[in-house]
Amino acid sequence: MKFTPEQAAKVAVLARLKLPDDKLERLAAQMGDILSYMDTLEACPTNGVEPLYSPVEHDTPLRMDVAVKTFERADILGQAPDSDGRFFVVPKIVTG
Amino acid sequence: MSAVTSLTLTDLRARLAAREISAAQATQECLDRIHATEPAVDALLSVQAEAALELAKSLDQSGPKADQPLWGVPIVVKDAICTKGVTTTCGSKILENFVPFYDATCVERLKKAGAIILGKANMDEFAMGSSTENSAYKPTRNPWDVSKVPGGSSGGSGATVAARQCFASLGTDTGGSIRLPASFCGITGLKPTYGRISRYGLVAYGSSLDQIGPMARTPADCAAMLAVMAGHDPKDSTSAPRFVPDFEALTAGRRDLKGLRLGMPEEYWGGGLTAEVDACCRAAIDTARALGAEIVPVALPHTQYAIATYYIVAMAEASSNLARFDGVRYGYRVDNAQDLRELYELSRSEGFGEEVQRRIVLGTYVLSAGYYDAYYRKAAQVRRLIRQDFLDAFETCDVIVGPTSPFTAFGLGEKTGDPLQMYLADIFTISLNLSGLPGLSVPVGLGKDTGMPVGLQMFGRAWDEGTILGAANALSGALPGLGDPSGL
Repeated sequence: MKFTPEQAAKVAVLARLKLPDDKLERLAAQMGDILSYMDTLEACPTNGVEPLYSPVEHDTPLRMDVAVKTFERADILGQAPDSDGRFFVVPKIVTG
Repeated sequence: MSAVTSLTLTDLRARLAAREISAAQATQECLDRIHATEPAVDALLSVQAEAALELAKSLDQSGPKADQPLWGVPIVVKDAICTKGVTTTCGSKILENFVPFYDATCVERLKKAGAIILGKANMDEFAMGSSTENSAYKPTRNPWDVSKVPGGSSGGSGATVAARQCFASLGTDTGGSIRLPASFCGITGLKPTYGRISRYGLVAYGSSLDQIGPMARTPADCAAMLAVMAGHDPKDSTSAPRFVPDFEALTAGRRDLKGLRLGMPEEYWGGGLTAEVDACCRAAIDTARALGAEIVPVALPHTQYAIATYYIVAMAEASSNLARFDGVRYGYRVDNAQDLRELYELSRSEGFGEEVQRRIVLGTYVLSAGYYDAYYRKAAQVRRLIRQDFLDAFETCDVIVGPTSPFTAFGLGEKTGDPLQMYLADIFTISLNLSGLPGLSVPVGLGKDTGMPVGLQMFGRAWDEGTILGAANALSGALPGLGDPSGL
């Protein structure tokens, strides 16, 4: 399978990655190889086979609907690169 | 190497309980061993020497307790698992300064059981790799030959146990990341059934595949660790609300293999193995037969599709899981981003390494509109067929046996240039994760050509870790053992 640097760039944008041209070129070639290998699955008949997305077989265990204190706000905000003590702070979202 | 650091976990535990060795002495001997061997192996990303010694001394003061089965035992934790107050990088620059304010459930349980955490083990970034060369910090080296890789992604966890720096470690296994380094480093590693151990506090990679498990010198040591960590956790809805059997008794109690049917899948024993791996593993099967096992042929006909299936599922889940690293709530944030979108893009581009970016992009592609059915849904269908192969095979056998890897540890740098070649190293380990079943790797000898350790895998039915641990205990008890690692 042929995969172009332009295609790689488009998917990188969807994944919120900004990659330089030399990296995109290498990535495109590798993706071509890897996706060609993945195409071997086409040879496996799967008509009528139910997809298996998780090996979990048990029902979700239920618990009482009671509020529990988990973490302190200060602990959580303490991990953030920037906060005002109450909320996370990010660069402007709306321009203009 | 001191006599103490060469003990198995269960031997150490007996001597600690008898007060023949103090917790402080065991801890100090491990720290001395770390000091002596780390320059050669680079197994650890951080060492908490002071805290470990302080805890050991306080344990010595209060004395051993019956409800603390790992009282005074020094261990190491893979850096993908959250440890309260101790940096948890997951082998990535994006989490370089991440200090969790809570313990993973497994860590909480190990601490409660009296274990002493010495440090955090190196790993491939976000557990993506088979050699520990993808760590953002440094490659780890194999204690049997420091020019070779320890396997991955839990390579630090494998090397630290093999180098006698600690008595057991925690690894995580998404596609073989416990069993491959256990095999390459000559130790025992167990991937429990999906849901046996809570994943709360584990940095997620492939959520339907990831499982935490023990790595140690013997199957009995792994059983001691598993016994402490197993069981439902309300904080992880995928952890199973099931009875936890007495793993230690099931393991130590089995001295032979009478009445046990070992299935040899033709797909694992055909071509493709190096001569030394083939010879070592077949000799182990002969020993198993002599111990009373019945050897039966089984088939896992969808094995040829396992690698493609695995990488589609793992990369899809990774692209989704790693979306949380955005420079907002924790982890690396780029300076001077003009807007939120640029903040995301630049933080992720600078914070993630190349292999992680490759998997995120591939995962995004296979989940994108127009390709979802061809790749992700198709892989999920083949996944069911792969799982069904195991269920069918277990109709005629109790344990499935095969080599952990087609070859022994390879050289540093040997496979880094071609990611696809690196993925193919996982051929014998990944089907198990797709199926959610338990499996272990136990050392069965040294390859006659390379002198490097060879591991044999044993797969069990869901929730039947006791049988494979017991079988591995009987088999390794009948084999000569590998001795001390030759590379240090």
